Amino acid sequence: MSGGPAHVTGPVVGVLALQGDVREHLTALAAVGAVPRQVRRPEELAAVDGLVIPGGESTTIFKLAAAFGLLEPLRERVRAGLPVYGSCAGMIMLADKILDPRSGQETVGGIDMIVRRNAFGRQNESFEAAVEVAGVPGGPVEGVFIRAPWVESTGAAAEILAEHEGHPVAVRQGRLLATAFHPELTGDHRVHRLFVGMITEAGGATGADGA
Amino acid sequence: MSTPPSTPQAPETGTARVKRGMAEQLKGGVIMDVVTPEQARIAEDAGAVAVMALERVPADIRKDGGVARMSDPDMIDGIIEAVSIPVMAKSRIGHLVEAQVLQALGVDYIDESEVLTPADEVNHTDKWAFTTPFVCGATNLGEALRRISEGAAMIRSKGEAGTGNVVEAVRHMRQIKGDIGRLRALDNNELFAAAKELRAPYELVREVAELGKLPVVLFSAGGVATPADAALMRQLGAEGVFVGSGIFKSGDPAKRAAAIVKATTFFDDPKVIADVSRGLGEAMVGINIDVLPEGERYATRGW
Repeated sequence: MSGGPAHVTGPVVGVLALQGDVREHLTALAAVGAVPRQVRRPEELAAVDGLVIPGGESTTIFKLAAAFGLLEPLRERVRAGLPVYGSCAGMIMLADKILDPRSGQETVGGIDMIVRRNAFGRQNESFEAAVEVAGVPGGPVEGVFIRAPWVESTGAAAEILAEHEGHPVAVRQGRLLATAFHPELTGDHRVHRLFVGMITEAGGATGADGA
Repeated sequence: MSTPPSTPQAPETGTARVKRGMAEQLKGGVIMDVVTPEQARIAEDAGAVAVMALERVPADIRKDGGVARMSDPDMIDGIIEAVSIPVMAKSRIGHLVEAQVLQALGVDYIDESEVLTPADEVNHTDKWAFTTPFVCGATNLGEALRRISEGAAMIRSKGEAGTGNVVEAVRHMRQIKGDIGRLRALDNNELFAAAKELRAPYELVREVAELGKLPVVLFSAGGVATPADAALMRQLGAEGVFVGSGIFKSGDPAKRAAAIVKATTFFDDPKVIADVSRGLGEAMVGINIDVLPEGERYATRGW
């Protein structure tokens, strides 16, 4: 065999690496059998079977995505059915609408929901709590909420997978998944396994056919 | 829509994971010193991941002399009000009450900083006693681990703030990364002696030897003035950058701030760094460290 990997073991999953906790997502994805890749450029985005938008500052991630010509390609790939998972800032980026955006702040969109930034409060109110997530077997996950958003309201197509104190904190719509908390900061990779399963179902690269 | 089961456990605030995890969210980003709400908005609009609220930037603290203290609470409130990104503020080394006040004001991170005049020449603040996380400066691995053992949830190089000269930040970052590299090469028997030499707790020394990195996020600070400076610090291993006087002491702060943000993300792409470095106007005037009298060097404060 000449060139290219001899044996593709799992889908190639990008992590949007403009800013945020990229490394933790790369580690979690590798742990559940995906082939992780950093994505900072349109041509890198074009080469992935799925994408994670990490935790970070949503205003910063938006500005960098806009400045480096990633916003429209991201929207196009979401419209075309790319599986995407967003945690915290990533959840904000996947929301169709932000209740309290900074002036000019836009999202990629795709999930019919309105999110409220920093809804659980500032850093002093950041917390850990157990969260039951529908579709994640084996008991509650450790939810790490850091200046976290919550989902203010959802449209009919969005399915609420988890709530905390009455507020939706995990949502799925088709091939899009979003959590207000950070599974990547724990050693528990079940949410990433759920996401990689969504990619495989969607027909992302599997097996040894070498693509 | 189905109703998911309710969560079984009471939420817990101020955990080590929540404090350290906050810093993980800042990685790849730029934290900018600001002295007014207007500057804070310029920083946020330029893509800063957080702002550091202070009364005078380090360059002015140097120029004015005298005792440098925690900022006025009204000024901190004004900055918290002005932006949606996290707001940090500085307390003097060992000044427990300034730190308590900053926590009460609701800042998102406290910088126990050598840029302010130290309040205690022996003890740093017990940072485990706070819900608000702390970032502290370090010049080498032993100092970083002493701060972490006191509860710091994030470490930054000290550099030499307010000089516009990156040489000290480079020295500290190379020292910390070099110290970590040397630990990696030791066997388990040698780690005890290494801990003694580093004057740091054995458990932390062993953790660093295993991880090959600090157990908390490592940023660079002190003397960053250009996009290339920021990218240099990232290439040397910093996970993000603090910029103090370098932005608002320059000719076109908004443009320079946005350029430093872009260079921090594309730190390994010289074409991007070249593009963003064009037409930035005057950089801040620099000071050569070797002309600074010993008493005016901030990096020697703290231990």
